Amino acid sequence: MRPMTTITDTPTRVSAVEVDAISKVFGEGAGTVTAIDGMSVSVGEHEFLSIVGASGCGKSTLLSLVAGLDRPTTGSVDTAGHKVAMMFQEAALFPWLTVGANIEVPMKVNGVPRARRRERVAELLELVRLTGFARKRPHELSGGMRQRVAMARALAQDADVLLMDEPFGALDAMTRDILHDELERIWQERRLTVLFVTHNVREAVRLGDRVVLLSSRPGRVIDEFPVEGERPRRIDSALIAGQAAVITDRLRQEVSRHA
Amino acid sequence: MPDTDTRDRQVQGLDALELQPERGRRGAGEVARRVWSASWPKLAAVAVVLLAWQAVVWSGWRSEWVFPGPDRVLPVLFREVSTAEFWEAVGVTMRRALSGFALALVVGVLVGLAVAQVRPLRVAIGSLITGLQTMPSIVWFPFAMLLYGISESAIMFVIILGAAPSIAGGLVSGIDYVAPSLLRAGQVMGLRGVQRYRLLIVPAALPMFVGGLKQGWAFAWRSLMAGELLVIINQQNSIGWALSQARQLNDAERLLSYVIIVLIVGILIDVFFTWADRSLRRRWGLAAA
Repeated sequence: MRPMTTITDTPTRVSAVEVDAISKVFGEGAGTVTAIDGMSVSVGEHEFLSIVGASGCGKSTLLSLVAGLDRPTTGSVDTAGHKVAMMFQEAALFPWLTVGANIEVPMKVNGVPRARRRERVAELLELVRLTGFARKRPHELSGGMRQRVAMARALAQDADVLLMDEPFGALDAMTRDILHDELERIWQERRLTVLFVTHNVREAVRLGDRVVLLSSRPGRVIDEFPVEGERPRRIDSALIAGQAAVITDRLRQEVSRHA
Repeated sequence: MPDTDTRDRQVQGLDALELQPERGRRGAGEVARRVWSASWPKLAAVAVVLLAWQAVVWSGWRSEWVFPGPDRVLPVLFREVSTAEFWEAVGVTMRRALSGFALALVVGVLVGLAVAQVRPLRVAIGSLITGLQTMPSIVWFPFAMLLYGISESAIMFVIILGAAPSIAGGLVSGIDYVAPSLLRAGQVMGLRGVQRYRLLIVPAALPMFVGGLKQGWAFAWRSLMAGELLVIINQQNSIGWALSQARQLNDAERLLSYVIIVLIVGILIDVFFTWADRSLRRRWGLAAA
């Protein structure tokens, strides 16, 4: 694997998300913090892009800019008319609603009629292998099951770009491995474009077509690694471990710069 | 990757292991045991209070026509309960309580929503609401009687001043403490405006709002009792009226039986709010089932 030092668009690929030279500054006057400074990322249609960085690399800021929750100070974000959904480390399901009603919320926002909502809930629950759980409440489910409901809810927005902010960070290793397989399957079945932010380099390599490495304070793209290996991959394979080691070394080099 | 069927079994196995095993349904015997274990301490407490009361009477601390024992009060209480006059009095008082509370609810919700949403308003009257909450509402009565005379409106005025701040306060803190993760999820799903309130903010604020309602009810009930004793509306039967009549006639048995009625109404309403609060929390998974 050859780390690429310059970031160029792959010309053959149409990009679904185009982040162009953005910076994001929080606060005013003496107390300003530059979270992101001159970051450009291009994500192809149906690409699975993993984004790795240490603390303070502006990963979460990047995702909220792509989601349109916030505006960049300079630069531009273009999602080319795609609908964007987002998932977090906590499932953030509404505890007063059943699983089915939770998945209906984004459809209510979009004005989907009731009968159609019911059909979609059944179909999405089947997709995340939770058929029969529509009437359960979130607190009756395990953490992994809640994240799958959150994924169904995100897909209920009819989004084809999925932003994921450390979605499996709070899960145990076995659940996480199985959810990697599930995410990979759903990404392929639904032809999604995924931006996946994580601290876990192996996870990034296991899932991504490409891994983008960010610097910290401020956040910039410092390196980019195309991932080799046929899918479906295994997180415990030698191929994944070898690629992860290279990225980890590069990440540690970046971290020690702040010592 | 394993084929779909194998993967399906893996996922389902993991889910099954993560879930709590279903508990068996409670049999009739267990229900009876639970009811008994919840009620005998209360019954015992009532017995102890009655005994202590009787003991004070027997000690001869006050003559029996001023301070009668339960042996004389309880028969009067049971006789009262079977008269139409009694139910009329309770009816008038409860109607006042409920309509006063309903008005306080409307005022409290409107003020609460305004304070939660408009920042200058919060700065201006946020601490005023807390201040009003701690104020004994009885001090408003002279002013209320000046404004409205000896009338039901005077009582309503004080009930609203007593209960609305708690209701508004409960709503404001309910809205303030909506979990940020839920707010973010709502934002990502595009919840805006009225829909954001209907689908997210209001249900999320509900448990604290119910707490505010409970406290508001307690203040409304106290204000009402004070009002019925102070603002004696002539010939209008009510619990307060009955209490002051009994005092004027030196009818201690009747007086004490109405005190007991006030206590019982208070307990019943409290049981209702506690039940509402608990079932809400259970549904949300905030309390053990």
